[in-house]
Amino acid sequence: MNISLFLQMAAEACPERVALTHEDKHYTYAELYGAANRAAWQFSRSGCQFVSVLDVSSPAVPISLIAAAMAGIPYVPLNYRLSEQQLKELLDRIEPVFLIVDDHTTADFEQVEGKVQGRKAFMASLAAEPGENFACVEDPSGVAIQLFTSGTTGTPKAALLRHEHLVSYILGSVEFMGAAEEQATLVSVPPYHIAGISAVMSSIYACRRIVQLPSFDAMDWLNLCSQEQVTNAFVVPTMMTRIIDELEQENFSSDRLGSLTAIAYGGGKMPLPVIERALDLLPEVSFTNAYGLTETSSTVTLLDPDDHREAFNHDDLAIRSRLGSVGKALPSIEIEIRDESGNKLDHNQAGEIYVRGPQVSGEYLERNALIEDGWFPTRDAGYIDEHGYLYLSGRADDVIVRGGENISPAEIEDVLYQHSSISDVAAVAVPSEQWGEAIALAVVLKPGAELAEEDIRSLIRSKLRSSRLPEVIQFSQELPYNEAGKLLRRVIKSWFS
Amino acid sequence: MELKPGLRLKSAVCEAEVMVIKAAAGNELTCGGEALVEQVLEQKVGANEAHMHGCVIGKRYVNEAESIELLCIKSGEGSLYYNGDELMTKDTKKLPSSD
Repeated sequence: MNISLFLQMAAEACPERVALTHEDKHYTYAELYGAANRAAWQFSRSGCQFVSVLDVSSPAVPISLIAAAMAGIPYVPLNYRLSEQQLKELLDRIEPVFLIVDDHTTADFEQVEGKVQGRKAFMASLAAEPGENFACVEDPSGVAIQLFTSGTTGTPKAALLRHEHLVSYILGSVEFMGAAEEQATLVSVPPYHIAGISAVMSSIYACRRIVQLPSFDAMDWLNLCSQEQVTNAFVVPTMMTRIIDELEQENFSSDRLGSLTAIAYGGGKMPLPVIERALDLLPEVSFTNAYGLTETSSTVTLLDPDDHREAFNHDDLAIRSRLGSVGKALPSIEIEIRDESGNKLDHNQAGEIYVRGPQVSGEYLERNALIEDGWFPTRDAGYIDEHGYLYLSGRADDVIVRGGENISPAEIEDVLYQHSSISDVAAVAVPSEQWGEAIALAVVLKPGAELAEEDIRSLIRSKLRSSRLPEVIQFSQELPYNEAGKLLRRVIKSWFS
Repeated sequence: MELKPGLRLKSAVCEAEVMVIKAAAGNELTCGGEALVEQVLEQKVGANEAHMHGCVIGKRYVNEAESIELLCIKSGEGSLYYNGDELMTKDTKKLPSSD
């Protein structure tokens, strides 16, 4: 099992179909496979231990991903938004490396052990390689991808995804050549994010054309959707919010999105009002919420399009609230909720989410986080209702322990999201002499809106127990997110210290 | 020949190629009536015409007990048998595209 098989099969079954569109240039499956073959010769000859790409979404991304897999070398995409110092620290951990960089980068790579090439030079050099087939290295337990975690809580960890995990995920969830020729998926998530990587693999296996948007901007996204007749897209919640804002402000007419049939979203918590606005504005589009982690080779649960429409159109609050769920486990995935001592909890009881299945790696270069019987403790908190729907309530580490009582930030945030003057909100723990920890709130108001601290407190008092009242409230212009849409609670905490 | 996940095998009678997803004991694996091989044969051998219903790229083939599973990675005219039983396609449960 080797992930390069996906492209080999696509090139075998539909060589002339367009696989990839990047800045008006098209590549067929045969061309992409040919390029990957030639890149595999280069990587293999270089003697490097890792292949790394420091670039926005470009043709070099799928080519290096597949070529590294053929050559049996781990692929390590790097985050182009990191500082030079942070990059240097990560590069130190993957030497000797074959590094392909964006041609516009200003960083200095002189000290890097291995080979560093600009994207243009790399693409040009492929033409000089022999066209004959590279004999693919077959090792199902070999590392296909090494992904550095975002390091929001400390030094980035190196998560390992082996060929067997990724092949199992794709074979289990994607139908080979399941896409019709006119289908196209818009990839706007960065290539160093698991969602960006799985988008490439799934699209290749489904033989669905990939349209790359190198860096996200809502108007660019909308224009590209219309221009390339995009049918599918994946976005993180912050992208969805901006897209919906542009549509609501009538900067772009939703009539021009006629080709768009499906949007999937994930990578962070979607505020309920945003998905409700999206369902309202785009009645013809199927929405899917996908929950997954790097360590689980991407998606483990799905809230499917029928669930979305049923919940959206339902008067029963219990069913309507399903819009806030991440849905049900994939057929090959098992999920359990456990308490701090590791005991399995019942329906509707909140605890830590544990995942098990053939796509779950749960492994870092530094340590294997899998526990007994192959279960992976995600450090995400949540509960499963009696119908099997999973609800997230944040990171287990984000729980606020006030006077011995566990309070999930989401509980408070969900109430405040319902207020028409509030556009964004985060509850974090701050040290308290009296309670151990107390609640601090950072609130972003909608443009022109006014709201007093007392209004916020009385809203919380009317919906929740008094222990949920914040000790301190701060109004901010915006909340800090990383580019993958993950809220940086650590930064918010520092505002209150 | 030991069957193990990831092993690629070729038909001796047609163009078909498969990859082992799940292995089982025993090696009575045939395509078009002839044993599957690891290396491409320069000269294809004659097929058992009763075993020529075809196999299709992208389809997964399993036996009744699902103790063996093969992924067809190249289509051919031969059909796949394990210990004398014809393998059936296993349908991927169609999921909405999440990425």
